[in-house]
Amino acid sequence: MTLHDLVQQLIYGLSVGATYALIALGYTMVYGTLRLINFAHGDVYMVGAVVGFYIATWLAAHGAAVWLMLVLVFAGATVACSVLGYAIERFAYRPLRNRPRLVLLITAIGVSLLLENAFQLKWVFGPTHQYYPQPIKTALLYPIGLLGLTRLDVLSLFLSLALVGVLTWIVLATRTGLALRAVSFRFDTATLMGINTDRIISFTFVFGSGLAAVAGVLNAIRYQVEPLMGIMWGLKAFIAAVLGGIGSVPGALLGGLLLGIIETLLRGVFLPQQYTGYADAAAFVILILILLIKPSGLVGRTAQEKV
Amino acid sequence: MRFKPAWVLAAVMMIAAGCKQKQNTNEIVVGEFASLTGATASFGQSSHEGLVLALEQINAQGGVLGKQIRVITEDDASDANQAVNVVQKLVNSNNVCAVIGEVASKRSLAGGGVCDQYHCPMLSPASTNPDVTVENGKVKPYVFRICFTDTFQGRIDGKFAAGQNWKKVAVMTNVDEDYSKGLSNSFKKAFAGSGEIVAEESYSGDTKDFKSQLSRIRDKSPDAVYVAGYYNEVGLILPQAKQVGLNVPFFGGDGWDSPQTVKLPEAQGDFYSDHFSPEDPGPEVQKFVKAYQAKYGKTPDAMAVLGYDSMRVIADAIKRAGKPDRQAITGALAQTKNFPGASGTITIDAEHNARKPIVILQIKNQTATLYKTYPPE
Repeated sequence: MTLHDLVQQLIYGLSVGATYALIALGYTMVYGTLRLINFAHGDVYMVGAVVGFYIATWLAAHGAAVWLMLVLVFAGATVACSVLGYAIERFAYRPLRNRPRLVLLITAIGVSLLLENAFQLKWVFGPTHQYYPQPIKTALLYPIGLLGLTRLDVLSLFLSLALVGVLTWIVLATRTGLALRAVSFRFDTATLMGINTDRIISFTFVFGSGLAAVAGVLNAIRYQVEPLMGIMWGLKAFIAAVLGGIGSVPGALLGGLLLGIIETLLRGVFLPQQYTGYADAAAFVILILILLIKPSGLVGRTAQEKV
Repeated sequence: MRFKPAWVLAAVMMIAAGCKQKQNTNEIVVGEFASLTGATASFGQSSHEGLVLALEQINAQGGVLGKQIRVITEDDASDANQAVNVVQKLVNSNNVCAVIGEVASKRSLAGGGVCDQYHCPMLSPASTNPDVTVENGKVKPYVFRICFTDTFQGRIDGKFAAGQNWKKVAVMTNVDEDYSKGLSNSFKKAFAGSGEIVAEESYSGDTKDFKSQLSRIRDKSPDAVYVAGYYNEVGLILPQAKQVGLNVPFFGGDGWDSPQTVKLPEAQGDFYSDHFSPEDPGPEVQKFVKAYQAKYGKTPDAMAVLGYDSMRVIADAIKRAGKPDRQAITGALAQTKNFPGASGTITIDAEHNARKPIVILQIKNQTATLYKTYPPE
C-alpha cells in the first residue's frame, strides 16, 4: 500500500461520500422540521436519475453537446424532483400532519413502495438497468491526470460543497432560514409567531428533493439507472445523516463524506480481499455503534426530551 | 339487533364457497415463479417470454391429455424470501401440478425447499448451483433442472482460461449469491493446475462502487479477470475496470447472459460460457430462434431458450405421466430421456441434472458470437 494508493482510495471515498451527503441533507432537513424520517427520499433520488436519463437520451439522440446535456440533465432532474417532493408532502404527508408520528412513517414507506414499483412498469421505466449516453460517461468518468481523479469526482465534490454552502446561507442569513430554524426549534410556537409553517415545510421538501436529484444524476452517470437504486443508497445516506447528527446541516455533510471514506478504505485497504464483500455491512455496524455510543451524532446537540 | 348465529354461519359459508378455487377440469394448471422485476429482472423476463412461446405452441396443438395448459405466473422480485412466499401460494392455493422456476440459484434453492416439503415437482430452467438438486450428497426428490451444473461450468471456464494462455487470473465473487460462490470455487479448483490466481476479490449484491477492488486487481497485473457474477454486477464492473485502467479481458459464466451485457461498450471482446448460441445451425435451435423472433422481434438469449424448453419438458412429462398428478409427473420427469430441446438434447440423470454441452461466447459488435463449444462430460 503506497501513499499514492491511499490518496486514490480517499478520492473514491470522497466522491461516493459527496452523494451520500447530498441525500443525507434531505433526510436531515425534513427530520429537522417535521421529526419525520422520510423513507421515500431514496426513491426521489431514483426519480432524479430516471428523469435525467430520459433528458440525456433524448438530447443525445438529437446530437446535443455534452456540456449542454449536463446542464439540462441536472436542471431538469432537479426541477422534476422538487415538484415531486412538493407533491409528496402536499398530498401524502400534510393531510396526516396531526396524526400520530407512526401514521406518517408508514405513509412514507407506502410512498416509497409506490415509487419503486411504479417505476418498474415497462411504460414508466422498466425493471432492467440502463446507462446514460456514452458521450456523458466518456467525458466525465475517465481520469484527467494524476491520482485517478475524474471530472465526475471533482463535480460531485464541488456540487455537494457548493449546495451545502447555499443551504447554510439560506438557513443562517435569510428570512426563510430564520423561519426554518424557528419551526425546527418549536413547531407550535413558530405557528403562533405568525410563521407559515406549511410553506416552510414545503420548502424543506422542495430543496431536499432537488439535492437528491443532483445525487441521483451523479450516481446514474457513475453507475447505472434502475428503479431500485434508491433503496440501499438512500438507507446509507440516512445512516450518514444519523452519523453526522440528524437535523444538522454540517452534520449531514460530515457524515456523508465520512461514510464514503470508511466504506472505500475498508474495501481497498483494511479488509482482506476475500472479505471485501462485507464492506457494505459497515454502514449498519456504524449505525448500531453511533446509536449506542452517541445517539445525537457527531455534531448534533443532545436535546432535552420535552415532556 | 339480535345476534343471529345462523345468519353469520350462512355468511361465512358463502364467503368460504366463494374463496374455494374453481377447479376447471378442462385445463391443467402449472405454476411459474420468475424474477420479472428487481435486480436480475432480465433473467425472469427472458425465461418467461420463452415459456409463454412454448405454452402457446403446445396449446395451439391441442394441449396435453386433451386439455389446455394454463400457467399461473408469480413475480418474486429477484428476492429469495419472496420466492418462498409465491411458491407456497402456487403449491397450496393454486394447486398447481408442477412448478417451473427459477433462473438464479439462490431463488431456486428457496423455492425448491417449498416444493420438496409439499411433494410438488419443480423444474428449474437455468439454475446451475449443484446444491439446487443435490444437497449434502442427497438428491432432492422433487427438484429437477434442464441445464448443466457449475461443477461442470467452472471446470470448462478453467479449461478455457488455460487454453487462452492466461497465466495470472483474478477472480471476483458475490458473497450474497450461491451461484457466484459455487462457480468461483469450481473455477479456482479447475484453473489451479494451469496458472495462478493472483487476486480474489469479493463484493455483495448491494455493491455499486468496485473501484477499490478493481484498482487492487490492477496492481496485481493479471492476464484476465473472472467475474462469477450476474449481468447487473457485470454492467457495473466492466465500465469501472476501464476507468481505473484495468484493460485486460474479462470473462465469466452464464450469469452474464442478458441483452444488457451484450450492448455494453466496455464488454466488447470479453467472453462468457453459456447454455446455447442462437447461431447453432441445429434444426431445433433454428426453429425456436425463428419463432421467438417472430413473436418478440429480438434474438433470444439463453434464459429464453431454457424457459422455452422447461415448459416443453413439463408438458412432455405430464403427457407421459398420463394424468396431472404431482407424484406421477415427478416420476415422469426423472425418466426424461433424449428430449429434443432447443437448448440441446435433454436427459435427466440420477442426480436430476441434464448433461449438456457448454458454449463459450465472445461479445463482438454488440452480439454474443459463438467462440468455442465443449461437449458434456
